[in-house]
Amino acid sequence: MTGGLTQITPPSPELAIPNAVDAGWRDRLVRSLRGAGPIFVILVVLLVLITLRNPNFAKPSVFLAFLKAAAPLAILAAGQLFVIVSGEIDLSVGSLITVVVTSAALMIAGNPALALPVIAVLFGIGILVGLVNGVVTTRLGVPSFIATLGMLLVLSGGIFYLTGGAPRGSLSENFRAFGRGNIEGFPVIGRLPISVVILLVIAIVAWWLLHRTNFGQQLVATGGNSRAAQLAGIDIKAVRTVAFILSGISAVIAGILLGGFAGVSAQVGQTFEFQAISAAVLGGAVLGGGRGSIPTTIAGALTLQALFTLLNLYGFPTPIRDSVQGLIIIGAVAYASYRLRGAR
Amino acid sequence: MTTPPVTMPGGRGSRIEAIRSSVASTNAAPIYLVLFVVFLAAWLIVSLAGGHFVTIDNLTSMLVRSVALGIVAAGQTVVILAGSLDLSVAYLISVSALISSLIMNGEPSRIVVAVLAVIGIAVIVGLANGLLVTKLRVNAFIATLGVGLILRGLLNAAFDNFAGKVAPQFEVLGYGTLGPIPWSVIVLAATMLGVWFLLRSTRFGHHLYAVGGNEETARLSGVRSHRVVIGAHILCSLAAVLTGLFLVARIRAGAPWIGPDGGYDLESIAAVVVGGTALAGGRGGVWGTFAGVLILAIIDNAFNALQFNSFVKDVVRGVIIVAAVAIYAQRERRAGR
Repeated sequence: MTGGLTQITPPSPELAIPNAVDAGWRDRLVRSLRGAGPIFVILVVLLVLITLRNPNFAKPSVFLAFLKAAAPLAILAAGQLFVIVSGEIDLSVGSLITVVVTSAALMIAGNPALALPVIAVLFGIGILVGLVNGVVTTRLGVPSFIATLGMLLVLSGGIFYLTGGAPRGSLSENFRAFGRGNIEGFPVIGRLPISVVILLVIAIVAWWLLHRTNFGQQLVATGGNSRAAQLAGIDIKAVRTVAFILSGISAVIAGILLGGFAGVSAQVGQTFEFQAISAAVLGGAVLGGGRGSIPTTIAGALTLQALFTLLNLYGFPTPIRDSVQGLIIIGAVAYASYRLRGAR
Repeated sequence: MTTPPVTMPGGRGSRIEAIRSSVASTNAAPIYLVLFVVFLAAWLIVSLAGGHFVTIDNLTSMLVRSVALGIVAAGQTVVILAGSLDLSVAYLISVSALISSLIMNGEPSRIVVAVLAVIGIAVIVGLANGLLVTKLRVNAFIATLGVGLILRGLLNAAFDNFAGKVAPQFEVLGYGTLGPIPWSVIVLAATMLGVWFLLRSTRFGHHLYAVGGNEETARLSGVRSHRVVIGAHILCSLAAVLTGLFLVARIRAGAPWIGPDGGYDLESIAAVVVGGTALAGGRGGVWGTFAGVLILAIIDNAFNALQFNSFVKDVVRGVIIVAAVAIYAQRERRAGR
């Protein structure tokens, strides 16, 4: 195993500069941009293309509306990244989102007083789902692909049980405010969507967790080379289980935002697991673990959203989104593995 | 099977030995025990509820239901053994159903052309998957998910419902019988036997186990691993296309939702792993997959007979898939890996 040591070096652009103590900020910026990969370039190009077609897009309010629409996916992708970096995959988050939205509607049934207790229950569900995913994967030795696929089936059975095909109940206004409300009277930009604030907070917390804590380091080490990580004294089972719990929590938050933004339906979470994985992979995360960064993952999610916006603007039929998304993730991963090979 | 074969990471032990032990693991006895237990349980429960489980009609309908999943799962077995996987099969099934039904358009004379056309498509899609995985080193999950998305986009942009019509003679594949045996069951049996023979008795099959067990070791032993993986992907695409042909023969016209609505992508992978094939590759075989398909079909059938809510079916199915794989993992651990 000659690759063992190089594999557990931190992958994030911030941490990948061990000798940057004396480097000037300009040098650091250039390095971190180079390390961050091409996703920011792609994102900027897409945003420029959108603005060319629709100059309104440059207005703060319209751009913030774009961020608001992208927030659930970005948050979900950040959660998924923890699982991917640890070397696993979580296919259950899409159906977990649907469970969150439909069960919230059922429990709240339009009563605003119940919103906060229900949110607490939802987080309980998310943590439980993540815990089960983690325990089945790490303690029972079931590959996470199968473990979370099983969870997907169980949850979609649960959705059917809750809704009988058509969702019942309704969300209260104060619950929906997280996904579609605004903070009014904000200087310069006027109104600030609450979901954008939530996205920002989650992004900072996730960045700190993955790139600035011991836990983050252990996660990267576990995904990079689990045997080496274990020998170094890391409790890889616990670390991976926590990653699944974080993914479950991110799905709950994404579900709460989507419930507000898009309303209640039994299909609300469909295909979100694949979109979240695509976003992380677009952001340079490697399936198999050990590599990934929060800022680029969120850029990956915004890129997907920008892509959908652009295709809409140019009048492509909605299904073509899928084809373009497919081409782009294949291209991004092919490019990344080409670069990775060059680096070795 | 008493000892699961161990793939030697360091190239210790001869390659022939590794291949022999891998091939020996196609012995799928334990899963047939599970199949037997599930069958008895379903029989008992359905009978207690006043239904009829073991009738010729019901057993035949279970087998016919297994045909679609069984064929595509046989192909999925081949790619998973090679250490890859294929998430694009569901959409390829739809493509196959639509294209064949459009080309035939009710004309018996165009059956051959339609079949050749979809075989061509299978080769192209399988080749694309295989090249992405090997030459461009795109993770198989992403590569085949991406190819599936591309197909899905094209399908849904071009069609929103039934299109074309199969020739009446072609419906034999879906409804005809040879004596008492439905043609579709014969096709399933032929596919399973074909894959079994391929895995057991051909050089390609042995290389498949070697590459899936440890690609680096296989490559250093002189196996052209890329060709093996590409070949596996082409075979899997061919199986998906055959499933599409069977489904369109039954439904009589192609539609874009045929594959994804059946959930053939994840379901076929589930059947393979329930059958004891390791998702990581290199260990398992097609008879385990056959048992996995039958187990899923029995659960389906029993729940339908009981007229249970389908949510319980999903939950039971999810639990059984995870439990089966957990049991394999425990056995492997106990065997002292």
